[in-house]
Amino acid sequence: MAADTKVAVTSVLKVEKLTKHFGQVTALNAIDFEVAEGEILAVVGESGSGKSTLARTILRLLDASSGRILYRGKDLLGLTAAEMRATRRHIQMIFQDPYASLHPRRTVFELVSEPWRVHSSVAPRREWPQRVAALLEQVGLPQAYASLYPARLSGGERQRVAIARALALRPDLLILDEPVSALDVSIQAQVIKLLMTLQQEIGFTSIFISHDLALVRLIADKVIVMNRGRIVEQGPTQAIFANPRDDYTRLLLASSPELVGETATKEQEA
Amino acid sequence: MAARTLSLTPPRRRLAADSRLALLLRSPVALLSALVLIFLLLVAIIGAPLLQDLANTQNLRLRFFRPFSLERGWAYVLGADALGRPMLAQLIVGARTSFLVAGATVALAATIGTTLGMVSGYIGGVVDAALMRISDIIVTVPSLLLALSVLFVLEPSILNLILVLAVARLPIYLRVSRAQTLEIRERVFVEASRALGKGTSSILWRDIRPLVVPTVMTVAMLEIASVMLAAAGLSFLGVGLQRPDVDWGTIVSEGREYLTRAWWATVFPGLAILVTALAANLLSNWMRASGDPLQAAAMGVTASREEAARP
Ligand SMILES: Nc1ncnc2c1ncn2[C@@H]1O[C@H](COP(=O)(O)OP(=O)(O)O)[C@@H](O)[C@H]1O
Ligand SMILES: [Mg+2]
Repeated sequence: MAADTKVAVTSVLKVEKLTKHFGQVTALNAIDFEVAEGEILAVVGESGSGKSTLARTILRLLDASSGRILYRGKDLLGLTAAEMRATRRHIQMIFQDPYASLHPRRTVFELVSEPWRVHSSVAPRREWPQRVAALLEQVGLPQAYASLYPARLSGGERQRVAIARALALRPDLLILDEPVSALDVSIQAQVIKLLMTLQQEIGFTSIFISHDLALVRLIADKVIVMNRGRIVEQGPTQAIFANPRDDYTRLLLASSPELVGETATKEQEA
Repeated sequence: MAARTLSLTPPRRRLAADSRLALLLRSPVALLSALVLIFLLLVAIIGAPLLQDLANTQNLRLRFFRPFSLERGWAYVLGADALGRPMLAQLIVGARTSFLVAGATVALAATIGTTLGMVSGYIGGVVDAALMRISDIIVTVPSLLLALSVLFVLEPSILNLILVLAVARLPIYLRVSRAQTLEIRERVFVEASRALGKGTSSILWRDIRPLVVPTVMTVAMLEIASVMLAAAGLSFLGVGLQRPDVDWGTIVSEGREYLTRAWWATVFPGLAILVTALAANLLSNWMRASGDPLQAAAMGVTASREEAARP
């Protein structure tokens, strides 16, 4: 999983001087980073540091103020709206709150097959039932759930549906915005484990936003530490955790008291 | 994962319809209103074609024939008007026109208004500003006055009546659907749809419309009553329909001249309008209450629990 073992790494996403203002607030300030093929890049930082804004700006759900977002060499900010919609097939996102990210009037089947309605070349309609079945199996949901509405599912189950929906398009890059922080603590580990298994099976590149440092240490290849819209430190996970150079990173590590114990238990689970 | 007991219930769409019906059966006022409306609608649809000729049969010997007597057959049970035409038959024929005008007006205004409102709310910007100004202008001019002036110039036909009333009632749907769209637009599942690569029209049609329509339906039911009253008002003022087209408003307006001699020529069509408007109103109230998750919870439904469960 570690990036440094690979010889030639192709960059999937390269962000250059990305800046986003909300009126007076600078939510992203000249962000620079790169994600290589198959890598898991963690973005950490306290609440309000601009992590979600970064994810949304990359997908152009928000308009960037300036900078470049190179996806496999192509600047996303230069695409027309239609080209961008087509490109989203390759870049998918899983949102923080599965209670909000699923349409309430749509069954699990409709939710999971929705991406194919949009990108109709991916799966012809007659294949939808088998494909939905396969995806439900992959995310560990019973087949009978296909006819249920999200209201009948627990948070963890809903997030599995969201994961199945994102995987339906076999994305190249998956952005996960705190995918378990809205879930019960008891469910979090299961969903993370599922995500890691899927990442190994499918091999998508991912940007993993989290404020759970123990978890980041466990799964990420590289870490970006954000504070007030800036990247204060970035580097390989080991280096950041072993030898944090920035004061803010040290503060973040120190204010995560459960780090040592948590890491141990999570490693046993995984 | 905790083992969840899974009862294999049918999809919730039917579940909602079923429990809504069950709820209607438990609310006597709403049930009665619905039955009254269905009854009137059936009478209008089935009765009007059969009674068309009878309703226009003049019989001067039966001028101001008194009601509540079966001596001349059931068609005259509610009396006869100044030209000796049977009131009951006229009311039934008039019902068809009244329902047609109200129904078509509401359907037209609701469809166009809701579409514009959703587009306006979702896209925002210049389109939104322009539509809202137009809507403001329509609202400022009293709808009766607007209709009055337009129908004064145009020939008062059923089609013109529908068109002018639909324009006058458009802003209500525009506002309701726009306000809802503004709220829904910000919800994460819409952002998730955009992240999937959906375009604006697909988001409007598949994500936003299903959540806006129930509210619009409630408003539309209420509007049936208002439009029926407005149409009656126009007929009463003489710019509504002209014979041979006849609706309840026309009958009231004709009967008015003989109010002191033959109260029934005014009171019965007036009552028909009143009863219909009241039933539509009560039903709309019930729809609003049972569609609202908080009120619905109080009424003991679980149909919309997905909204109730949302944070
Ligand atoms: N739509 C918005 N309008 C205005 N300000 C926003 C908006 N979204 C986020 N912000 C601001 O941008 C900053 C970063 O927010 P966010 O990216 O959500 O942080 P995080 O995900 O790290 O908690 C915050 O100060 C927040 O108030
Ligand atoms: Mg966030």
